[in-house]
Order: sequence, then C-alpha cells, then structure tokens
Amino acid sequence: MTTHYLVLSALLFSIGGVGVLVRRNAIVVFMCVELMLNACNLAFVTFARQNGNLDGQIIAFFVMIVAAAEVVIGLAIIVTIFRTRRSASVDDASLLKY
Amino acid sequence: MNGTIPAPTIEYAQLAPMLVVFGAAIVGVLVEAFAPRYLRSAIHVPITLLSLAGAFALTIWQVVKGVPTKPAAMGAVAVDGPSLFIWGTILVLAFVSVMLINDEGHFVAAAAAVPGSAEEEQALHEGAGHTEVYPLALFAVGGMLLFPAANDLLVMFVALEVMSLPLYLLCGLARRRRLLSQEAAVKYFLLGAFSSAFFLYGTALLYGYAGSIDLAKISTSLSVIGGQETLLYIGVAMLGVGLLFKIGAAPFQAWKPDVYQGAPTPVTALMASGTLVAAFGALLRVFWVALGGLDWDWSPVLWAVAILTMIVGAILAITQTDIKRMLAYSSIAHGGFLLVGVVATGAAAGQNSKALSAILFYLVAYGFTTVGAFAVVTMVRDAGGEAWHLSRWAGLGKRSPLLAGIFAFFLLAFAGIPLTSGFFGKYAVFQAAVSGGALPLVIVGVVASAVAAFFYVRVIVLMFFSDPSADGPSVVLPSRGTAAVVGVAVLATVFLGVYPQPVLHLAQNAAQSLFIR
Repeated sequence: MTTHYLVLSALLFSIGGVGVLVRRNAIVVFMCVELMLNACNLAFVTFARQNGNLDGQIIAFFVMIVAAAEVVIGLAIIVTIFRTRRSASVDDASLLKY
Repeated sequence: MNGTIPAPTIEYAQLAPMLVVFGAAIVGVLVEAFAPRYLRSAIHVPITLLSLAGAFALTIWQVVKGVPTKPAAMGAVAVDGPSLFIWGTILVLAFVSVMLINDEGHFVAAAAAVPGSAEEEQALHEGAGHTEVYPLALFAVGGMLLFPAANDLLVMFVALEVMSLPLYLLCGLARRRRLLSQEAAVKYFLLGAFSSAFFLYGTALLYGYAGSIDLAKISTSLSVIGGQETLLYIGVAMLGVGLLFKIGAAPFQAWKPDVYQGAPTPVTALMASGTLVAAFGALLRVFWVALGGLDWDWSPVLWAVAILTMIVGAILAITQTDIKRMLAYSSIAHGGFLLVGVVATGAAAGQNSKALSAILFYLVAYGFTTVGAFAVVTMVRDAGGEAWHLSRWAGLGKRSPLLAGIFAFFLLAFAGIPLTSGFFGKYAVFQAAVSGGALPLVIVGVVASAVAAFFYVRVIVLMFFSDPSADGPSVVLPSRGTAAVVGVAVLATVFLGVYPQPVLHLAQNAAQSLFIR
C-alpha cells in the first residue's frame, strides 16, 4: 500500500527538480525547491510507516523547520535582487560568467 | 501508553566548542537587537574573536583529556580524532577570516537599500554598517563544526543548512559591485537549496532502506538487508550529489567561481577555507562510517569525479582573467586532489588512516594559504574597489615588491613547489593514493598540478616581468588585522613547508583511531 505514496513522492520530487531547471522566475524556482523538500517529507513519513518506527515522522518536523528558515533567507535575497534589478528572472542576472 | 520518555544523556563537555560558538552567535543577535548602533561593532568584535579562541581552547582541552571513544548526545554527534582535528582547523581558519571581516569597508551599509538610492545615502551618512556579519559568521562556523561531526544523517542535514544559510546572506553583502554580489547570493542560494534537497531525498531513501538514519546502523544493515539495492544505490547517489556540491567537485562546480567572485572577499576567504574543510570531513564520515562496506560501488564513481574535477579546475583556471575566479578554479582543482585522497582508502585500517591523515594535513595547508591569498586580494585596490582583473595586476612586483612577493609565494604553495606547505600536502595525498593502488589517479593528479602550475607562474610573470601601467591599482596600507592575517598565513605556509612533522604527527594521531561509530 505504501508504494503509492513513494511513487507520489518521487513524482513530486521530479516535478520540483524539473521546475528548478526550466523555470525562469526566481520565486517559482524557489517554490520548486520547497516542493522537493515536501516530497522528501512524504517519503520520510511513508518509510516511517513501512519501517514501523517514528524516526521518519520526527525528521519531517525538522525538515519543516529548516524549510521555514530557508524561506526567510531565500525571500530576503530574492526581494533584494528584485529591488535593484526590477526583475526576478534568473536569466537576467548574468554578470558573473565563465 | 503511559510510559515516560527517558531523558536523553548529553555529553555537554564534548560538545562544548560548538556550544560556545552557537552561544556567542545568539549573544551577537541580542547585541544587534539592544545595543546602540555606535557600540555594536565594539561589542561584536571581542565576543566573536574570544568565542572562537575559547572554542579552540576547549577543543585542545578535549584532546588533552583524551579523545572520546563513543559518540556523544545519544549517538547524534561523534567527537573523535578526525572531528577534533577538523574543529581545531576550522576554528583557527575562522578566527583568521573574522580578522579579515573585521576590516573596514567590505560590507554594505544597508543591504535592503537599493544601490544609489536616498535610503542608502542616509545609511552611509549615519555611519551604519552591517554588524550582523559577526553573528552570521559565527552561526556559519557553528554549522561547519557540527557538519563533519554529525553521526546521523538528520543532524548532518541540519548542520549543512546552519552552515549554508548564513553564508548565502553574507555573499550578498558586498559594499562595492553590489549587483555582482547579489547575483552571487541568488545563485548560491538557489543552487545550494537545490543540492540540499537532493541530500535530503537521499537521506529519505537510505532511511527507507536501513530503517534508521544512524550512520553506524546503515553500515550494519548493508550486510544484513538484501534485495533492495535500488533504494540503496539511488539514495547513496543523491547523498553524494549533496556532499560533492558543497565541495565544488565537477560536475557540480558551476557555483564556485561565481560565488567566490561576487562575495565580499573576506567571506570568500571563510568559505574557501572553512566550508571546504567541513565538507570534506562530512564526506569522509558518510563514505567511511556508513558506506564503507559499499566501497566497491562508490569508489569507481569517485575516481571519475576526482579526475573530472582536477581536469576541469586546472584547465578552466588557465582561461580566467579575474583573480578571484582564478583562485576559485584553483580551489576546485584542489578539491580534486583531495578527492584522490578519499579514493585512496582500502580495506586495511593502516591504509585508511594513512589516507585520512594525508587529507587532514592537506586541508590545513590549503586553508591557510587560501586565506592568505584572499587577504592579499583585499589590499590591491582601484578607484572602484578591489582590482580583480588580472591585467591590473601587471607590474605589481615593481610597485610593491613585498606584497607581490608574498602573493607569488602563496601561488607557489598552491602549485606545490617544495619548501611550501602545498608540496607536503600533495606529496602525502599522492603517496597514500599510490600505496592504495590508485596510480592512474596520481598520474592525472600530477599532470593537472603541472597544468595548474602554468597559470600560477603566469600570474607571477605578469606581476614581476611586465611594466606597470600608469593608472595601475594602488596597494593600500593594510589594517593591523589584515597584516596579521597575511603574516600568519605566510608563517603557516613556510612552517608547514619546512618543518611539517608536528602537524603531520598530529594528523596521524587524529587519524589513528579513524572515525568512531
């Protein structure tokens, strides 16, 4: 039964991963990363059920906290660059290359 | 279900160095909240430096008292020989980097203000400075201490984030060339978060495989559980992506030049030394403690990564025209040389401790030289800030021979010329690799070193044998802190190159007991 949840989590993770690679807007890229973290949470909880111990559920809480901290830092950085560049596109920020 | 939860035992004494650093960081946040602006810097500097020195003293005390043989904090943190050696290294390098951070004029007055706006004018007028950099740096250093000592994958993930999140912010705080700095912060943040998601999914799969995230339990389950290899292999690969990203190994090296160039130079010094040391500690622990029984499977992959990293680092460095980017590619190449040491492990404990001590020595040697090199970069300035373009460095040897001589010495140490620390580092790593049967890797390593030596020497030739341009950069008189950093780095590079025995001995002792489980 738990296999379905694992497949769903792998799917969500892949959607997030592809989104990071193809989307241009930094906010959307960042949301895709968050989707990946939540896919991890789903996997953790499912494996906790499968293994019959609580570790995975506890880990999910830690991951949520870390993800929240990451949102704070990430939005601060993205908003700052948006204010100077008037654009949140990751393609526009291309001064650093080669 | 009316059972009481047993209280965990926590060995506070063993964790003391980390607790001191984290405690000081929290005090720093309080200072930021309550102290008046004109006092903040005067309070932050002693707190930061004293806490790092205190943590270093506690680490030494731990070594004198005897290295623990069991993991602390219910098996979550392993304070063993390699951990203590790495802690000492990180703390000294962080102390030196904070002295660079301490120097005036590297950080923006108000990061939230748009460059050139009225708010920024006002912030500059009020004499504001971003004193948050001190607590942020301390949090990052605390994460660096926890990362290589983490004995389960969750603690390792949390440490990874605690180390990285402050660094993302610090990258975006350069006073000059704000757009570059902010771009570096965005790139580092997005790619870093992406890679840590991979690390986490790898953790989830290994948890599914082994039923535990404890490194030792994963190791024992390798021999017990059969038939779920897919879960295991995908998990290990994803974990590897997260760790190799932090090291900047090819093909995950793309962030490194951008971030090293855009970040304020003192922060680059902290990242180039401390983060690399911490990430190698964590990589070694994961691959030896948890996945040691799987080395037939991961070792070929690391071979390929090591070869690719050395080649990419050495060859792309030749094409660089920017001094900080060149040092970043050089750091990638050095990461490759260190990976040779990681591959050079064998079944025998003697071979393992030999490779481990070689890596530890290399990390110390490289860390000091790289901090010194970035300290020199902060001193060569143009009207618009630091002069990064290599053409601006032409003829520097005629204008200020001492500084150019010191920089040339650092470059020779990077190249691994005898009588510098780099020589013994490379020698130890390659020797361990030869006795571990990785001769082809050593040959690639030597060729890559030769290619790398070419571009180091090219910079030296540029500095000493070409004429200075009339409007060339000026070499500012260093502040006492910067001068001390350069002095310490030169001394360490000479000392480790001429008389490496004490540190080699220390590294061997640290590696003797290997990682505890």
